[in-house]
Amino acid sequence: MVQLYHRYGALLATLLIAATAIWVLMMVVLPYLVMAEYSFHPNLPMMQQGGPDDVYTLSNYASLFSGIDLLNGELPDDFRVFLRTIWGSTLVTFISLVVCYPVAWHLAKAAKPEQVGLLILLLIIPFWINEILRTFAWYIILAYNGPLNSALLGMGLLDKPYRWLSGSGGVLIGMTYAFILFMMFPLINAIETLDISQVEAARDLGAPEWQIHRRIVIPHAKPGIAVGSIMVFVLAASSYIVPAVLGSPGTRWFTETIYIWFFEGQDWPRGSAYAFILLGLCVVFILSVMRIFRVGLTDIAK
Amino acid sequence: MSRDVSLDRVTMRFASYVAVNNVSLDIKAGEFFSFLGPSGCGKTTILRMISGFMNPTEGRILIGGEDMKGNGPNKRPTALIFQNLALFPMMSVADNIAFGLEMRGVDKAVRRRRAEELLELVALPDAADKRVDELSGGMKQRVAIARALAVEPQVMLLDEPLSALDLKLRQHMRAELRAIQRRTGLTFIYITHDQGEALTMSDRVGVMSRGQLEQVGPPSEIYNEPATAFVAGFVGENNVFTGRITEVAGGQAVVETGAGRFVGRNPRGIRVGTQVVMLVRPERLKPLTVAGPTPENPNVLSRSVDHIDFEGAFANVHLKQPDGAKPLSMHISNDGSLTDLVGDRIFTVGFAPQDALVLAANGA
Amino acid sequence: MRKLTGSDILIRAYLVLFFFFLLAPLGVMVIATFNSSRFPTVTPWLGTTTKWFDALFNDPQMWEGLVNSLIVGVAVVLVSVPLGTAAAMVLDNLHRQARTFVYAVMVSPLLTPGVIIGISTLVFWDRLGVKGGLHLAVIGQSSFITAYIMLMVLARLQRLDRSQEEAALDLGASHPQVFRKILLPYLRSSLVAGGVLAFFQSFENYNTTLFTRGTDITLTIYIASKVRTGLTPAVNALGVILITLTIVGAVGYEIMRRREVARAAAARRQAELEEIPANALVIADAH
Repeated sequence: MVQLYHRYGALLATLLIAATAIWVLMMVVLPYLVMAEYSFHPNLPMMQQGGPDDVYTLSNYASLFSGIDLLNGELPDDFRVFLRTIWGSTLVTFISLVVCYPVAWHLAKAAKPEQVGLLILLLIIPFWINEILRTFAWYIILAYNGPLNSALLGMGLLDKPYRWLSGSGGVLIGMTYAFILFMMFPLINAIETLDISQVEAARDLGAPEWQIHRRIVIPHAKPGIAVGSIMVFVLAASSYIVPAVLGSPGTRWFTETIYIWFFEGQDWPRGSAYAFILLGLCVVFILSVMRIFRVGLTDIAK
Repeated sequence: MSRDVSLDRVTMRFASYVAVNNVSLDIKAGEFFSFLGPSGCGKTTILRMISGFMNPTEGRILIGGEDMKGNGPNKRPTALIFQNLALFPMMSVADNIAFGLEMRGVDKAVRRRRAEELLELVALPDAADKRVDELSGGMKQRVAIARALAVEPQVMLLDEPLSALDLKLRQHMRAELRAIQRRTGLTFIYITHDQGEALTMSDRVGVMSRGQLEQVGPPSEIYNEPATAFVAGFVGENNVFTGRITEVAGGQAVVETGAGRFVGRNPRGIRVGTQVVMLVRPERLKPLTVAGPTPENPNVLSRSVDHIDFEGAFANVHLKQPDGAKPLSMHISNDGSLTDLVGDRIFTVGFAPQDALVLAANGA
Repeated sequence: MRKLTGSDILIRAYLVLFFFFLLAPLGVMVIATFNSSRFPTVTPWLGTTTKWFDALFNDPQMWEGLVNSLIVGVAVVLVSVPLGTAAAMVLDNLHRQARTFVYAVMVSPLLTPGVIIGISTLVFWDRLGVKGGLHLAVIGQSSFITAYIMLMVLARLQRLDRSQEEAALDLGASHPQVFRKILLPYLRSSLVAGGVLAFFQSFENYNTTLFTRGTDITLTIYIASKVRTGLTPAVNALGVILITLTIVGAVGYEIMRRREVARAAAARRQAELEEIPANALVIADAH
């Protein structure tokens, strides 16, 4: 702070601090705190708010878990959606990693420099196109009478068209497509910093290709894997449009549940509590990945 | 117009670390003054205090007799040339030079004319509309000088501006800086760790060590009459004999050293029994034809050659010391007789008493 | 020329497959635009048409959404660029411990799901009596887009040579002049890039907007509602326009960047060449 005044003078420094405070307090910290406070209130009609019934309660959080009956294998709907979101997001993260790794390796180390520029451009272009439009493209492809079924039928791989959009398959494909580059770029950046002579040394010592990747490249790429996994998981878990377009009522996502409580159920406290649970899920995932891969916050926010 | 700069008992502390310790000094108007010292000796801190980027913890800085306390760098009659030059890469050369004038609200046409004049002065007449990143190292140097001159400072401060240049260009720029200083008549205060720069350019040199001024004087005095062992060691090479004074007479002292009994000058009047160092420059050590000490040649040694470094204009002959100490160094000019030195032979060398300086062993 | 090994062929086939996966959906969407089928598809092909562009242009809701998106995008740029720049400058001058903490708070919106940012913005401003609408969408989007700007500006600030600021001060500039003449021009490329990024982030934002928009519609909200209800290839027509603009923009940007790099390199080579006679002069002087 002293340095700021010293460097830019009193007037400018005061303005800078004021602007920063507006952002950090009014747009980040206070909204979180108010949402947190909201989530501990019961949902009351306007008249009763602040009245004797308006006490702090955990019921909004508890409602996600109430009705779990493990003995009979019965799960409440919201909780089932919550589990599906965790499982689906994990799966999307894993698929993205597996799909991206060979491409990232090739672009970072194997390809000729003049090729890389073009390939990176090809990667970026779909990335710049609206997520909804990209999802919509898959909606066309996966439709019952769409090109995918036509092609598979034409090649004789299917006897009758498959309903891609009624299970979770469409959602998983759509999400992988939508977020794959958030895995790709951290991976490329991480592998790029690997000194290629390490690979050559390993090869010289007789290591087969898969061992080189297992022992040299993947350990080196750990920070990239961590960052990519965090990005993809958070984006998948908080995606709204992909399950809304490519899913069916049977494959509802947790974000959709939150939306329904907010705008159809008009239950803002419960919506806030669920939002916090989703945030908690993301935080837990981020912290465990940071712990497992031993990376810091500055590595992630690049 | 140029002004004098005075440091009045200036001290600078960073937490518990004392970067500059009670330095007092008067730099005359129009003088080329250099602060010479190793990195961390406090010379850059002094420069930053004069330019106004730092305020001394104690003491005063006066420019033209006026206390500068409370005046920021933009309110002092000084211009600083930064070590990395700090040219503004997003501006053209002319805009760089005219920047200070622009800040003072000088008319655009006038600024342009002044920039062109200054480019003429630093021998870059066609560079006005170039971009900074299109310039070579030497050209950037000149632009930085022109930019500093443009604000018509009364004192120029230079923070090792030549350190990034290669050797030949550096030597050329030394002469050029000196010429510019003479032409403008400004007070130049120059910071360097390179003794060659300090000795060739300066009217006076201040040698610094650990935040203190060790010695202030003209270059020849610094080299020939170092006041302390530090100055002697930092400026130029020396052969060092350590020992104890056994006799003092007529401005001379007899010192009993591990290598023998030698006579040298004792300008500080150090007393008998004191632990001292005796310093002899390599170029003052000379081959002798005599076999042993005589009243005219009291300081004689016989040593075998360790190795010889051929330097071109001279040869640096390294002579073995008996107790495994650092070899003695002797410079012999390349007058055609150097081939005689080859081979494993014993040299008899000596030095005159007036070429050996006796100083107290620790500090002054 | 090295002979292709089995693994080379494998990786090439994989790359082809991957880029097909990446680009084919866009192709399908483009092609479906020109099919006269009432429903967006490429199979079966019912004849080529451009009528869906007309349908798009005649949809007042699309125009409303587009105009709103442009307004919100410009507003987000105007809010997030100054705030993000200020935040980066403050952060750059903080001491170590405070810095780590403030940094974590500042980047937290980037790791927070967009729906949650939307919800917290909605709930907070509702408390203050502000209802949903375009203005709230601007605030909600800016809360995380500012973090992007902050990171971009911070990265550039950390490469700033402080002696630039000091040199300007030393030459007599006041603090505001240093800011205007040295710092802003130095940050200009980051600010322009940040502004462009902010605009596009805002333009394609859906999750945060969904919760903060009130009853206003933006282009993404319009597209989403069309995709979910009343789907016609008019949406594809919009997609074609956006894809075309994106590709033109990306290619144009790439060409400009390459030219700039080439120009700078050529200028530096020229300066190196000019250095040689200067050196020769020095040697002549010495003798």
